[in-house]
Amino acid sequence: MTSLTPRTRAAITVGRLAADASRRFGRGSGEMIGGKLALRVSAGALGELAAQRPCVCVSATNGKTTTTRLLARALGTLGPVVSNSGGANMAAGVLTALARPPFDAPAALEVDEIWLPKVAREVRPRAVVLLNISRDQLDRSNETRRIAALWRQLGAELPGATAVANCDDPLVAWAAEGWSRQLWVSAGQNWTADGMVCPSCAQLLHRNDFGWWCDCGLARPEPSVLVSGSDELVWFGRHVHAKLDLPGRVNLGNAAMAAAAAKLFGVEVDDALAAMTGLGDVEGRYKEVPLGPGRRGRMLLAKNPAGWVEMMELLGSSPPRPVVVDFNSQTADGRDPSWIWDVPFERLIGREVHVAGERRHDMSVRLAYAQVPHDVHPTAEQAAAGAGAALVDVVANYTAFRDLLVRSAARARGEPGPPTAAFGPAGVADAVATLDETAPADGYRRYDDRTGYASPDKYENHDGYDSRGGYRSEGGYRGDEGYPGRSGGADEAGSRP
Amino acid sequence: MSGLSATRIALIYPELLGTYGDGGNALVLERRLAWRGLPAEIVPVRAGDPVPADCDIYLLGGGEDEPQVLAAEGMRRTGGVTAAVQRGAVVLAVCAGYQVVGESFPGSDGLLHDGLGLLEIETRRSFGPAGEPVPPRAVGDIVVEPGPALGLPPLFGYENHGGRTRPVAGAGGEALGRVRRGVGDGTAAGTDGRVSGRVVGTYLHGPVLAQNPALADLLLTWVHGGLPALAEPPEIELLRAARARALEVA
Ligand SMILES: [Zn+2]
Repeated sequence: MTSLTPRTRAAITVGRLAADASRRFGRGSGEMIGGKLALRVSAGALGELAAQRPCVCVSATNGKTTTTRLLARALGTLGPVVSNSGGANMAAGVLTALARPPFDAPAALEVDEIWLPKVAREVRPRAVVLLNISRDQLDRSNETRRIAALWRQLGAELPGATAVANCDDPLVAWAAEGWSRQLWVSAGQNWTADGMVCPSCAQLLHRNDFGWWCDCGLARPEPSVLVSGSDELVWFGRHVHAKLDLPGRVNLGNAAMAAAAAKLFGVEVDDALAAMTGLGDVEGRYKEVPLGPGRRGRMLLAKNPAGWVEMMELLGSSPPRPVVVDFNSQTADGRDPSWIWDVPFERLIGREVHVAGERRHDMSVRLAYAQVPHDVHPTAEQAAAGAGAALVDVVANYTAFRDLLVRSAARARGEPGPPTAAFGPAGVADAVATLDETAPADGYRRYDDRTGYASPDKYENHDGYDSRGGYRSEGGYRGDEGYPGRSGGADEAGSRP
Repeated sequence: MSGLSATRIALIYPELLGTYGDGGNALVLERRLAWRGLPAEIVPVRAGDPVPADCDIYLLGGGEDEPQVLAAEGMRRTGGVTAAVQRGAVVLAVCAGYQVVGESFPGSDGLLHDGLGLLEIETRRSFGPAGEPVPPRAVGDIVVEPGPALGLPPLFGYENHGGRTRPVAGAGGEALGRVRRGVGDGTAAGTDGRVSGRVVGTYLHGPVLAQNPALADLLLTWVHGGLPALAEPPEIELLRAARARALEVA
């Protein structure tokens, strides 16, 4: 720490004091508020702290938290590692991670996709892991090509840095193409609707089972690492067994990306994968939590169409438990729920499905048109109580996931957990809104379906449409194909989820 | 129209005009016919493919700036939508699609581009005096009270657009309705959208028919004449009631 300027040393002290205070007042880990104050004291703190240690940034629309955690495990085979947690993935959260001792330990840094250029310009990472780009929160003008262009430009500003990039995502491949070095990984792409048009020339891309290409010459690069099975990688020409405790092929892709980045630091792939085994949940994802008397839920996060398609894959490879869909549309989720019409919910046909959350009626209509029988409840706990099994899969979007984790943690501590009032979304969301670096001052009224939330016992539940004889279903709709034309944390909100 | 031949619903260029759940409108129309025992077929038209002129309903969705220009060029070149409209086909064009079916709209290149001219409207970044700042992007919930001739209940939706839109001098057709909440066309008229013949354009974007089944049925009536009664799925009325409460629409 001796080579830091006095101003940055003071900044770190201020940040720690603020974080401690935040923790004492029960507002989460304090990473965001601490980092934010520290940056105010010393604007150069990020660069100064990063200069002491080798850094890797991890960015994506989906999977960045999990991949960062896997990378930290792999780098941990060499010695101490620092990393951000709680999804605090903007400048303040990154600073808090960098301010942790030991000051020469490598840093595995999750960075929000819009914030990546701003953070990486200061941090000067040795490598940047670029996983995927897909539609997410379009009400904030997060156009996919704009993000890819930001990433591409960043490469020119980081000479010598390696892009560890997913060659299956055309937006990522185009973004990484201009970097001085690339390590291409075939991590897969379940959701292709945002990869139909060439990011370079806007013509339609060609696709087949082996890749994608454009008449302008842009094409899928040949990967050095690829996911070749449910528990297998091809690693520079060699087959490597990979058995994770995290479920699903999507996480094997995340692990492949993390192992490739760790290789740049001298970690052998077998050591990296061994270190990743034993990690069963990440910030609540994939964790089993109590949902009330006799009910538990496995927590699955799906905050955009690509995330939902990944969770569909995961559900399809798991025991057929009842599914609880918990759906909100607060600022941190994106206010616009239209995107659920991009999700191939037809794949849930044949499952026991229950719907909850502030925008449950929007989800219910989507499922009705998908011909998925379901019922509707104000909260995930109430939905689980009505489920036909003790263990359910809960698929929730960002604030629904976060709030349910908070409530279940209270339940696990034995606190009487009224599922709604005391821990309802409004209280947590207000705390978050005051801290959210990007919360737009939009003056939107928070959606508040009072009949549902304030008096859950008076809520008139109704059966799913299967109980009605009135619908005809001639078929003609092929649920397994999605619809035509389609292929497919309790953080203190230092994160854009 | 014969009850035996399937109603053909063209989903135009979903790769270019399908930013946010726009394909949902095709599914809603197809289901509402199927639930009534009427056969229907969704015809996705890939960008680069010729637009068939023999469909009954054409759906144009939202898109980012560059894809929007490509979509307009593609449709102008192949002429299928225009030919179909002359034949009496129905068009629902939302968001970027609404701008594209008008006479002209601005591209990200700063130039004005020709639309299809199916609605006599024009879109600009701003209609204010030169030198004044352009208005901010219109993003948020929107409620439109449809014109009385349409016989529709309030339309609920979400808008997300930078352009402002107005009828050209002497334009035919009517505004879709009066904006009760949100921005819509963003002119002093306080209206959103346009209805001319069987062409409907609106800034209510994405799966607008999901929340507004009466609008879906109006489009289907234009194709079929009278429709068999449908026992409405209860989910839809519950959603409309929830939206009316949330948006404070009595
Ligand atoms: Zn190209």
